[in-house]
Amino acid sequence: MATSTASLSVPKRRHRENRAWRQLRRNPRTIFGIVVIVIIVLAAVFAPFVSPYEPNSQNLRSRLEAPSATHLLGTDEFGRDVLSRIIFGGRVSLQVGFISVGIALVIGGGMGLLGGYYGKRVDSVLMAIVDVLLALPAFLLALAIIAALGPGLINVMIAVGIANIPAFARITRSAVLTVREQDFVAAALAAGSSDLRVMLKHIIPNALSPVIVQVTLSLAGAILAAAGLSFLGMGAQPPTPEWGSMLSKSRPFIRDAHWAVTFPGLAIVITVLALNFVGDGLRDALDPRKKR
Amino acid sequence: MLQYIIRRILRIIPVMFGVSIIVFGIMYLTPGDPALLMLGENAPEEQYAALREELGLNEPFVVQYGLWLGRVVQLDFGRSIRSNRPVLAEIRSRYPATVELAIVAILLAVLIGVPIGVFSATRPASVADNVATVGALSGLAMPVFWQGLMAILIFSVWLEWLPASGRSPTGLRLGSWQFGHWKEYILPALTLGTSAVAAITRMMRSTMLETIDQDYVRTAKAKGLLRGSVLYHHALRNALLPVVTVVGLQFGNLLAGAVITETIFSWPGIGSFAVGAIRAKDFPVVQGVVMTFALTYALVNLLVDVLYAYIDPRIRTRYSN
Repeated sequence: MATSTASLSVPKRRHRENRAWRQLRRNPRTIFGIVVIVIIVLAAVFAPFVSPYEPNSQNLRSRLEAPSATHLLGTDEFGRDVLSRIIFGGRVSLQVGFISVGIALVIGGGMGLLGGYYGKRVDSVLMAIVDVLLALPAFLLALAIIAALGPGLINVMIAVGIANIPAFARITRSAVLTVREQDFVAAALAAGSSDLRVMLKHIIPNALSPVIVQVTLSLAGAILAAAGLSFLGMGAQPPTPEWGSMLSKSRPFIRDAHWAVTFPGLAIVITVLALNFVGDGLRDALDPRKKR
Repeated sequence: MLQYIIRRILRIIPVMFGVSIIVFGIMYLTPGDPALLMLGENAPEEQYAALREELGLNEPFVVQYGLWLGRVVQLDFGRSIRSNRPVLAEIRSRYPATVELAIVAILLAVLIGVPIGVFSATRPASVADNVATVGALSGLAMPVFWQGLMAILIFSVWLEWLPASGRSPTGLRLGSWQFGHWKEYILPALTLGTSAVAAITRMMRSTMLETIDQDYVRTAKAKGLLRGSVLYHHALRNALLPVVTVVGLQFGNLLAGAVITETIFSWPGIGSFAVGAIRAKDFPVVQGVVMTFALTYALVNLLVDVLYAYIDPRIRTRYSN
C-alpha cells in the first residue's frame, strides 16, 4: 500500500514542477530578473577578478572624476573607483540579505511550523510574539534593535533578520495549517510516524512553495533595509564598500559629483527590482489558483 | 459596531505591553552603565549613586522593568541625555512635523495612485498599463534615501525649483487653511509617498480588474448606463475597499520612511530626532520615540479597521454576536 502511493505521487510532483518551470519561462520579467541576479551573484563572487580597481585604493589626484574610459562610473571623494566599489559592495549586500533572511527563515519558519502543527496553546503563545514584533513597522523594529545592540554589519543582519520573522512565521503557519488537514498526514500519524518525521517528510515538503516566494521577496526587502540602516550610519562602517554607506558618504559632494551617489543607488534599485520580478514570477507559477 | 470598536481597542493593550519589553530592552542591552551615560564621566559619586537608586539599577531585571513601566504609563520617559529636557516635551515639539508630513504624503499617494490604478485597470495590457505597472514596481524597489537625494539633485540643484531641506517653524497650518510654505513639503512628501503610490496603484489596479468582471457591473453596462457612471458608482466604490487596508498598512511604512526622509531633508520631526538619539546613545529619547511610533501605528491600524468595518457591513456582523 505504502509503496503504491509513493510511486503514484512521484510523477505527479514532477509534473507540477515542470508546469511551474514552464510558466516561469513564459514571463519575460521573471527571466530578466533571473538573468540580472545571476550576473550580480557572479560579479560578487568573482569581484577580485572582474573589478577594474582595488575597492579601497585611494588616489587623491583623481578625486570626484566624472565617468570616463578609465573610470566607467567615475570616482568618489577619495579617488576610489565607484564601479569597483559597487561590485565589492554587492558582496556585502548579498551576504547581509542571505544571512538575515536565513535567520528569519529558521526562526520565523520554525515558529510557524510548530504553531501550525501543534495548534492550541503553542500556537497562541507563538502568534502573540509575532503580534508584538508586528507592532512596529519592520524597519523601525530593526532600528530599535540596532539602538540596543549598537551599529555594525553583524548587528544589522540580526536586526533585519528579527524584523523579518513575523512574515515567515505567518506564511509558514498558514501553509502548515492547510497541509495539516490533509489525509496523508492523518495516515502517517496513524501508521505510527513521530511528529518530527511527519513534519520533515510530509508537512515541510508540501508547505514549501509560499515560503520560497517569501524568501525571494524578503531578500529584496532585507537588502533595502540593510542599505537604509547603513545609510543612517548604523550598518557597514567605512571603508567597507557597501551601497547604502557609499551613498551617504558621498552625499556632501552631490553637487559636483552626483555619480558617486547615483550609481550605488541604481545598483540597489536593479537588485531589488530583479528579486521582486523573480518573486512575483514564482508566486504566479507556484500558485495553483493562478493559471493563465 | 461599538462592541467591535471596544474589542479592537482591548487588543492593543497586550501588544503595547510586549512592545514595552522590547523598548525596555533598548536600555537594558545598551552597553555601558545607563546612570553613567546620563550623568557623564565626571559626575560626583553621590549623585551617581543617587541616580542608580532612583532608576532602580541595583534591583533585579524584573523589578527594574516594573519601575520603568510604572513611569512610562504616566508618560514619563525621563530626561534626554543630550538636552536634559524631559523626553515627552522633546517629542511633543517634534511630533506634529512628522504627522503633518505623513498626512501630506499619504494624501498625495492616494490622489496619484488611485487614478493611475483605475486608468490602467480599464485599459489592461495597453502601453499605458505596462508603463504604470513597471513604474509601480520600480517605485517599490527604490530606496527612500536614494530617491530623496535624486529629487534634491534634479529639482533643487539642477532646476532650482524647490528648496532642498528644512521646514519653517509655523508649518502648513493645516487648520487655518493658509497653506504657507507649501513648497517645502513637495520633495519630502513625494519622497516619502512614492512607495505608497506604488502600492496603492498596484492594489487599485488589481481590485478594479476583479470588480469590472463582476456580474453586477455587466448588468449596469447592459442597462445602458454611461461608462463613467458604471465605473464610478458600481465598480470603483467596491474596488476601493481593499485599498483602504493598503492605505493603512502604508501609513506604517510612512512612519518607517519618515526616519530616513526627515534625515535627508533636515525635517525637524521625531524620525530625524530618533536617528540623532541613536547615534548619541541618548536612550531615554530612543525609548520614547519608539513607544510613540508603536502607539501611532496601533492607533492608525485601529482607525483603518474601524473604517473598514464601517464601510463593509460583513465585518461588523462577524463580531457583533
